Amino acid sequence: MENMGVVLALLGAVLAALFAGIGSAIGVGIAGEAAAGVVTEDPNKFSKVLVLQLLPGTQGIYGLLIGFITLTQIGIMGGSSDISVAKGFLYLAACLPMAFVGLYSAIKQGKAAVASIGLVAKKPDQFGKAMIFPAMVETYAILALLISILAIFGIAGVNA
Amino acid sequence: MAVVPMKKVLICGLKKDRKGTLELLQRQGVLEISNVLQEDDMFRKMDVTSSKTVFERNAIIAEQAVGILDKYAPEDKGMLDSFAGREILTVEQYEANAGQHDETMKKAYRLQELAKQIGENSAVIPKLEQQMEALAPWKSFDLPLDFKGTKKSVAFIGSIQEEISLEQLREQLGALAPEAETIDLNIVSSSKEQTCLFIVCAKGDADAVEDALKKLNFVKPPLSSLVPAKRQQQLEEELSKVKAEIAGAEKAIADMAPDRDSIKFVMDYYTMRSEKYGVLNGLVQSRRVFLITGYVSVEAAPALEKLLQDKYEVVIEFSEPEEKDDVPVVLRNNKFAQPVEGVIESYSLPGQGEIDPSMVVACFYYVLFGLMLSDAAYGLIMIAGTAYCLTKYKNMEDGMRKFMKMFMYCGISTAFWGFMFGSFFGDAVNVIATTFFNRPDIRLAPIWFEPVSLPMKMLVFAFLIGIIHLFTGLGIKFYTCVRNGSLKDGIYDAVFWYMLVGGGIVYLLTMSMFTDMLGLSFTLPAAAGTVAAVLAVIGLIGIVLTSGRESRSWFKRILKGLYGAYGVTSYLSDILSYSRLLALGLATSVISTVFNKMGSMVGGTIPGAIVFILVFLIGHSLNLAINALGAYVHTNRLQFVEFFGKFYEGGGRKFEPFAIHTKYYKVKEDI
Repeated sequence: MENMGVVLALLGAVLAALFAGIGSAIGVGIAGEAAAGVVTEDPNKFSKVLVLQLLPGTQGIYGLLIGFITLTQIGIMGGSSDISVAKGFLYLAACLPMAFVGLYSAIKQGKAAVASIGLVAKKPDQFGKAMIFPAMVETYAILALLISILAIFGIAGVNA
Repeated sequence: MAVVPMKKVLICGLKKDRKGTLELLQRQGVLEISNVLQEDDMFRKMDVTSSKTVFERNAIIAEQAVGILDKYAPEDKGMLDSFAGREILTVEQYEANAGQHDETMKKAYRLQELAKQIGENSAVIPKLEQQMEALAPWKSFDLPLDFKGTKKSVAFIGSIQEEISLEQLREQLGALAPEAETIDLNIVSSSKEQTCLFIVCAKGDADAVEDALKKLNFVKPPLSSLVPAKRQQQLEEELSKVKAEIAGAEKAIADMAPDRDSIKFVMDYYTMRSEKYGVLNGLVQSRRVFLITGYVSVEAAPALEKLLQDKYEVVIEFSEPEEKDDVPVVLRNNKFAQPVEGVIESYSLPGQGEIDPSMVVACFYYVLFGLMLSDAAYGLIMIAGTAYCLTKYKNMEDGMRKFMKMFMYCGISTAFWGFMFGSFFGDAVNVIATTFFNRPDIRLAPIWFEPVSLPMKMLVFAFLIGIIHLFTGLGIKFYTCVRNGSLKDGIYDAVFWYMLVGGGIVYLLTMSMFTDMLGLSFTLPAAAGTVAAVLAVIGLIGIVLTSGRESRSWFKRILKGLYGAYGVTSYLSDILSYSRLLALGLATSVISTVFNKMGSMVGGTIPGAIVFILVFLIGHSLNLAINALGAYVHTNRLQFVEFFGKFYEGGGRKFEPFAIHTKYYKVKEDI
């Protein structure tokens, strides 16, 4: 049981990558369906709808980022992985904002992207605005990422 | 750096010069036509809708012809050729080509006919193939399939939809038609799905046998008076004939490939004419003169006047637009700010009384983009890529050129911040040195600091950039108010906010708890905090008193004022929003690090180097693509939501001059 700390920390890293990745996969997926529909009607809109489709993809990247930073911090990627149980719990908790906010914001962003793709299909000149609606959702993923990053970097200095 | 001032223009010309004048205006493309004049007894509008429709139809036919050519004789196109832009024709070339439009249209019709022929023939092929398939089981049968029998016998030719042996059939027939005695059964062919039969019986038994066969679901084959083998041959001949016809038509289309350019021209030609006729439709004309009204920019006005008066006898009148006029907007900026005009246009052009924000937007755009991507190598790739496209395709369309230039400046900024933060393909320098040269001491040192190791410092820097950005926005608001002659509005809507938000920030900086949290090395003295707090309170009171100033009742005013003061929370979220600079910057460098690490896992051997190169190329292209997209989207967001929210509303109408809106060619006047 003395390795429990690293188990918990790794669980956190994996959850961040897992949930944020699932969210992005769903978000990009539903946006992709809408985008493909638009391209069947007008192939010239491909690049525009592609940009919109990719917007919900960033959560997955943020999840990867948190996962990777955690792995480096706990020494899985080389170095010693001597983590106390308390610290393990701390890492696990630090990863959760990214995991959950990543999951839900990516799905919701995907839906906003679908709506924006519809907007671009009808009014291609409104692309600039269409891009903003999904990007608004992403703010919350970024805030979660921020808290997760700050927490993970902060844990190294905690005596526990 | 501004919105270009516009002049209203009235052109009065002689009817005999109408065609020439309109074509000249179209080639110049500096005049937006507004049909404000109404018909009266003297001036009438001309209805040319029918000719316009004909032109439009011709343009569509030509477009389809080009599509047909592209399908059967594709053009060699490079990946980057879509940047190439339209080809430029001189007026002489244009006239020469235009003279041949009838012949070219004939070619376009011919192409359509050929394509139709191919379509019809292609529809026949599956039918023939189906027939051949149905005939296949009868191949070995040497009588025609419609053979009915001889004088005394009757023949039944057909199939049963199951596999059945001779004995089984005989038994079943015997049970169903016991009275028939003279049945001769032959199996022509049999498979799992069906058994093909040839049955002969005496004439007297025919009815009974037929009934029995009906009960067994006996199906007649495709009839023909030929022996199956012969019929098969006939079908094959037909099929090859149809195929040859298709090939012939395809070849005829491919042979017309050299006409592609002239068909493209004719498409553009009709598009232009239809636009011209659209204008003609709205012109008011008397017996001898016609009138054109519209807008022209102040810069273009003298040249246009001179050009028209040199060529034709026209009267041109310029006048200043009035307040109520819906004046179109066109932006003019220096080389540095021009590229972001497209970004502003995609939001909204400046409305009445607003200034052109291009210059400020440009400065922040490049900085923000660079901070988000922040990798020196990626920046250099962007510079090289855009510079290559810009030099290779000199003829690029304006919008595309602006976009390219914008990314070039963004690339410069990206490279700059990359060096500041010590990122070159992430930590590639160190990884390569460690893995392949065993020199872990070699690394690209950051000029300033590394955000991955000091995220808090980067976060504070991001907030600082955010505060500067937002305060610049407020500054523009103040400037716009003052320029429009109301200093009071400027103070109410900008200065009070400066005091409240600025005072609040300074006050926070005097608290050691706050500065410790942000890891700042200084704490402002308490005296500064007192001053800041006083300023903030004055600002707050000012906002509560003034933000509802359009209401007459004081009660309403204060309520609205309180709601206005609540807007301070939006400043908080706006500033927090700049944390994306940190998040996206970290995303770029961490993902680069992941790829570098993956690549170096095989080690410093030769296969290791090959794996490294592969992972490196794929990984970094992916990372660059995804993060450049992210940086682009989020820079736009910061500009549109946070920055524009402070001062910019937009709503201007884009200047849309009467010009050549074609797909392949543009015509240039040689002056």
